[in-house]
Amino acid sequence: MIEIKYLSKSFEGRTVLNNISATFETGKTNLIIGRSGSGKTVLLKNIIGLLRPDKGEILYDGRNLTGMKKHELDVLRREMGMLFQGSALFDSMTVLENVMFPLDMFSADTYKEREKRAMFCLERVNLLEAEHLYPSEISGGMMKRAAIARAIALNPKYLFCDEPNSGLDPKTALLIDDLIHGLTKDYKMTTIVNTHDMNSVMNIGESIIFIKEGILEWRGNKNEIITSNNQALNDFIFASRKR
Amino acid sequence: MNESLHRLGEYTLLMAKAISIPNRWSMFFKQLIKEIYKLGADSLWIVIIISIFIGTVIAIQISLNISSPLIPKFTIGYTTREIILLEFSSSIMCLILAGKVGSNIASEIGTMRVTEQIDAMEIMGVNSANFLILPKMLGLMIFIPVLVIFSMFTGILGGIAASYADINGMTPASFEYGMQFYFNSYYIGYSVIKSVVYAFIISSIASYFGYNVKGGALEVGKASTNAVVMSSIMILLADVVLTHLMLT
Repeated sequence: MIEIKYLSKSFEGRTVLNNISATFETGKTNLIIGRSGSGKTVLLKNIIGLLRPDKGEILYDGRNLTGMKKHELDVLRREMGMLFQGSALFDSMTVLENVMFPLDMFSADTYKEREKRAMFCLERVNLLEAEHLYPSEISGGMMKRAAIARAIALNPKYLFCDEPNSGLDPKTALLIDDLIHGLTKDYKMTTIVNTHDMNSVMNIGESIIFIKEGILEWRGNKNEIITSNNQALNDFIFASRKR
Repeated sequence: MNESLHRLGEYTLLMAKAISIPNRWSMFFKQLIKEIYKLGADSLWIVIIISIFIGTVIAIQISLNISSPLIPKFTIGYTTREIILLEFSSSIMCLILAGKVGSNIASEIGTMRVTEQIDAMEIMGVNSANFLILPKMLGLMIFIPVLVIFSMFTGILGGIAASYADINGMTPASFEYGMQFYFNSYYIGYSVIKSVVYAFIISSIASYFGYNVKGGALEVGKASTNAVVMSSIMILLADVVLTHLMLT
């Protein structure tokens, strides 16, 4: 479980996150939704420790990330997997080498065992056929799947996904959503997904928080979101209908 | 002034982060071999081509400009050798390499920054500066003496080739005599030491500009240009300091 308490972050006097508190539960796909520029990515970067909050706490199963020393943070990071918006695969490595990278860096297993684990992860995301291809040689959807395989290589307890469906066609987006949701259930991970895609919200939104201009406006799940009478949330959900 | 101090501080912190014990030695050596090949061995052809032509041109220019009968013809070989050993093969060649290798490093690391590949490493708990920058710095510092020796050898070969053209009384025999005249082997060591310092300057400055890119493709291009300009200036500055320290 990940808890954030009274989290605030400003950039050059401009408040981007204002006193946000939320809980992200284990074994559930937790969604952070909001319009572009609402502060979702900044919130996610604070949660994973790429940015330091001005105020507040981030607790990973009771361990406070904001008060951690570097070596403690390094240990915690080995329990994290991250899927970036642009996949962030290493251009100079093949798909298999990308998936093996975290294992090569941190696993004490033999090369054969590491390769076996990487192949298992690739099989799990249905990408065995692309193992020897470079990121520039595969499609956007395949890149996302390869990035998911890399993210789960070290068997993480926490999975973070930043706009996993951006740039994908609806069918591939659905596949990626299902993959993330399935992995969360199978490995009992605490998964946080940053998105503004309503299809994802309705598909995998077991626990949702809605952020508007850095403030937590609403929390609930995919069943509650449609019936909510929160004006800001309704403006976000039904934006296309209002035009 | 504040901006310069800020940059110097950032550069020092980055170097402190980069020059540390690698997470995994096996991965480090794998990267090191890759970088030696990519930054060093891949530059061999350009070093050889430039050195042959410049060696030839230096010999021709000197022979054309020495018209006094009081100056012996072997001076052409002697001067060509001194220019190549003392300045061309180390300083000028490294200025050229700052363009090729420096822009390569800055744009590679800069692209990794803007496409979040560096963030991905950090999230995994990998010291990205150490993983990306240290092999580049060490790889270039290890291989640059090889490039300098090749440059000296091929530059002098270019001069010898020019001596066969019989320009203004220059002969292969006088050129060869001049090349051996008052030869001081310390100059080779001096050039090699200078080139190792330049390799550190090129790789570290280019890495700094690449690592701190913010934005997109345009900023990567700017970082690449800034890296070449700044490392060229620092090479010239280091040349003055090292020459004063080692030759006076």
